[in-house]
Parts: sequence; structure tokens; C-alpha cells
Amino acid sequence: MSVPQLLVHDRKDNVGVVVVENLKAGTDMLCVVTEDNSDFRLTVRHDVPIGHKVALADLKVGDTVTKYGQDIGKIVARVARGEHVHVHNLKTKRW
Amino acid sequence: MTQNDRKIWGYRRENGRVGVRNYVAILPVDDISNAACEAVANNIKGTIALPHAYGRLQFGADLDLHFRTMIGTGANPNVAACIVIGIEPGWTQRIVDGIAKTGKPVAGFWIEGNGDIATVAAASRKAKEFVHMTSAQVRVECDIAELWVAAKCGESDTTTGLASCPTVGNMYDKLVPAGLYGCFGETSELTGAEHLAAARAVSPEIHDKFMKTWQAYQDEVIEAHKTSDLSESQPTKGNIAGGLTTIEEKALGNLEKIGKKVKFIDVLEPAEAPARGPGLYFMDTSSAAAECCTLQAAAGYVIHIFPTGQGNVIGNPIMPVIKVTGNPRTVRLMPEHIDVDVSGVVRREMTIDQAGDWLIDCIAQTANGRLTAAEALGHVEFVMTKLYRSA
Repeated sequence: MSVPQLLVHDRKDNVGVVVVENLKAGTDMLCVVTEDNSDFRLTVRHDVPIGHKVALADLKVGDTVTKYGQDIGKIVARVARGEHVHVHNLKTKRW
Repeated sequence: MTQNDRKIWGYRRENGRVGVRNYVAILPVDDISNAACEAVANNIKGTIALPHAYGRLQFGADLDLHFRTMIGTGANPNVAACIVIGIEPGWTQRIVDGIAKTGKPVAGFWIEGNGDIATVAAASRKAKEFVHMTSAQVRVECDIAELWVAAKCGESDTTTGLASCPTVGNMYDKLVPAGLYGCFGETSELTGAEHLAAARAVSPEIHDKFMKTWQAYQDEVIEAHKTSDLSESQPTKGNIAGGLTTIEEKALGNLEKIGKKVKFIDVLEPAEAPARGPGLYFMDTSSAAAECCTLQAAAGYVIHIFPTGQGNVIGNPIMPVIKVTGNPRTVRLMPEHIDVDVSGVVRREMTIDQAGDWLIDCIAQTANGRLTAAEALGHVEFVMTKLYRSA
């Protein structure tokens, strides 16, 4: 298998993690779900740094972000599928 | 031969424990005895001074923790013999007596009524005796599962939860059933995954003990001292640069360290030695690397596994710290700090099972005497945990 650009922990997740450096907007990414080794393709819409997240679906304000199959916070600014998800549009629900 | 049948070469101590280093430690009871300890370590080669910032006018639980940390550090099996120096004889002798219970050579000296110079002279003579005695010791064959191996992650990022923490978890899943003592901590950093952590307790009793400890941290530390939230501290600037966003995301990655199968069998106070036999333990610690490692070493752990994403450089003076990273950028930019490169996991070139075996190889080599990156680079961070202001 070729080297993936995006890894997703769990099939329930709506975000994945960029695992290569210098990923450019418009790249047709190979995405692998580590839970079951299944794969899919997704075009990334931003330059996203290694380690940062990409939305797997269109997400609106108030939506729950799921990673590891678990709730990691809520969307505070809308994000389209393939866009960068980070602290500017994702916050904890806790504080 | 399976991983858990492996043999390592360690130092068998008087109390039966296995050490992987053979230090003569020069331990100050208090901050004002650091100078004397450093002078002894400078006089006598083969010794190591452990200067720290506290030890005066502490009281209550904070003082208990101070003694537990001091005695535990001297009692650690990586310490072959210990010199204790304090300003006065009372607390000095209390620490000497605590360390002496292990059966190892230990001697105490105090400065009041003697002055630094006479104290340093007397302690140096004893330290030289200890160095000759301990440097003549030879390593003996031991089982790898006789080791006590702690873990804590730092400068975490999203690769930590994908690769380096699951690698540690795989190691625990393989070695804990064979008799290894494991330890994880970081009470604050389990916030968001506390329910999943609690579910890994061995019994309802330990489940409740864990939740009580975690809740006490929320109530007594966070709620009492927070400004608006823990932002800028949990997650840290480095965590956020590495792609982490919320405390929940960080906690879920952190918890990967305890593997898929193994249960934790007790909840320890900071620096408390485990007492329920072999198994995985949770310790109530800060998530600051040096504080956590110092507490785990004081509880008797002899090797530390430190998964890092963005490249934390932590070491400990008496406990070798093995760095594991799954971040290819960190491997490229900071290779001198990395002992186990598992970035192959995120490229899908290596499985977590293979990465776990690779880590076990590194543990065996480190136990046999190979220096870790942090040891070779001179990282000796020794940081006491303080619970509240002194009197």
C-alpha cells in the first residue's frame, strides 16, 4: 500500500489527521482508517500542517466532533468537508 | 522465546529488586544543602548530586510527600548507595532510616555545628568508600518482567495517539501479564477520557478510588485556581502547534498508553510505592514531565517510557527515560532525542505490534546498560512536586 496522507482512528470519526509534511490544498489524499485498515480518498481544501485535522464531512456550528469514536468538542465556526479543523473552529464543551 | 521470556542484565539489590543503573546518589534533604551535595559529587567521581528546591518549613501532606520522594529516590534500585546531607540531624536521619530499610549502604551528614567544609570532607570520604564498593558490583541475569517500567507522554500531538502511545500500550499488554510493574499518571490530562480510564480499573473499588482522585483534582486544583479555563496550559502551545485542539482529544491519545487489555490494579498517591504486586498502577501526578518522572522514580520505577510528538527532551538523574515518537517531522528535526522511531506506523509500514516489539528491544538494551538519548545528552531533571505553600 502506498503511504497515506490522512489517518482516521475510527469509522465513526468525522475528522482525520494529516500524517505527511507539506500537504498542499487540492491534493487527492489516500485516507486510511486504522481501526480496520479500510481506505478512501478525499481532496484537501487547505494547506494543512502535519498532525492537524481535516473534516471528513460538512460540519456546522454546534456539531460534535468525533475522533477515536469519542466526543472531542464542538464546532464553533462552520467547516466544509476537506477543510482544516483546528482551534479556530473546534472547542471543548467542558469550559 | 517470547518477549516476556527475555533476560536482561541488571543489578540485584539487597531487597531483591532489579536496578539497571548503579548510582551513588548524593541527596540533599533541603535546598540549603545543595551546595554541599554538589561539592561532594565534584570531589568524588562516580557519584551524582540531586539538587532540588524544597525541604524547609513544609508541613502536613506536603511534608509527607517530601519525605516519600526523598526516601523513595534513595531507595530506588538504580541507586546502589546513598549519601544524605541536610542542614540538621533530625530530618536527615529520618531519610537515612527510610532508605536503610532496603538494606543498601546509606549514610547521613548534617551541616549545623559543622559547616559546609567539614561536612563535605566527611561525606566525601564515605562517598569514596561507596564508589569503590558499588563499582565492583557486576550485573546478573534477570527476567525482563522483573523491571518496573513507568510511562508518561509529553509535547504530545496527534501522532502520539496514532503511534507512540499505542506502542507503549502494546508493550504493557505483552509484559504486564508476565509480571512487569507498570505505571501511568497525569491526572489532569485524563480529563475527557476519565470515563474510559475508570473503565480499565480492575474492580469497582479501584474504579471508585480512581474517580475520587480525578474529581478531587477537578475540584481542589482546577476549580480553585483556574482563571477562565486551562487554555494555554492544557493543551499546551506545543500540543496545539502539533494539531491537538481540546483536552478531550489530548486525553484520548494519552490513554492509548495503557494498551487494549491490561487493567490497572491500584491508585497511588504521588511517589507512593506500589504494594499490590505485579501489574499496572495509576499514580495521581501532575502532567508536567519532570514532576511526573521524579514521582515515578521515587515510587521505585527503574525505566521510563516517554512517548512524544513535538519532541519533549526530558530526562531524569536516576531513571533512564526512553523517547518514542511517531512524528516523522520530529524524527527529521530532532533525531538526537529519539530512542525509538515508530514513524513507520503513520506511513503504514509498521504495525503497532511490531512497534511494541521494537520498544521491548530498546527496554532490554537500556536495562543492559545502553545509555538513552536523554542520558547521553545529560538530561537530569529532578523536580519535586509541592502541594501548597510552606509555613
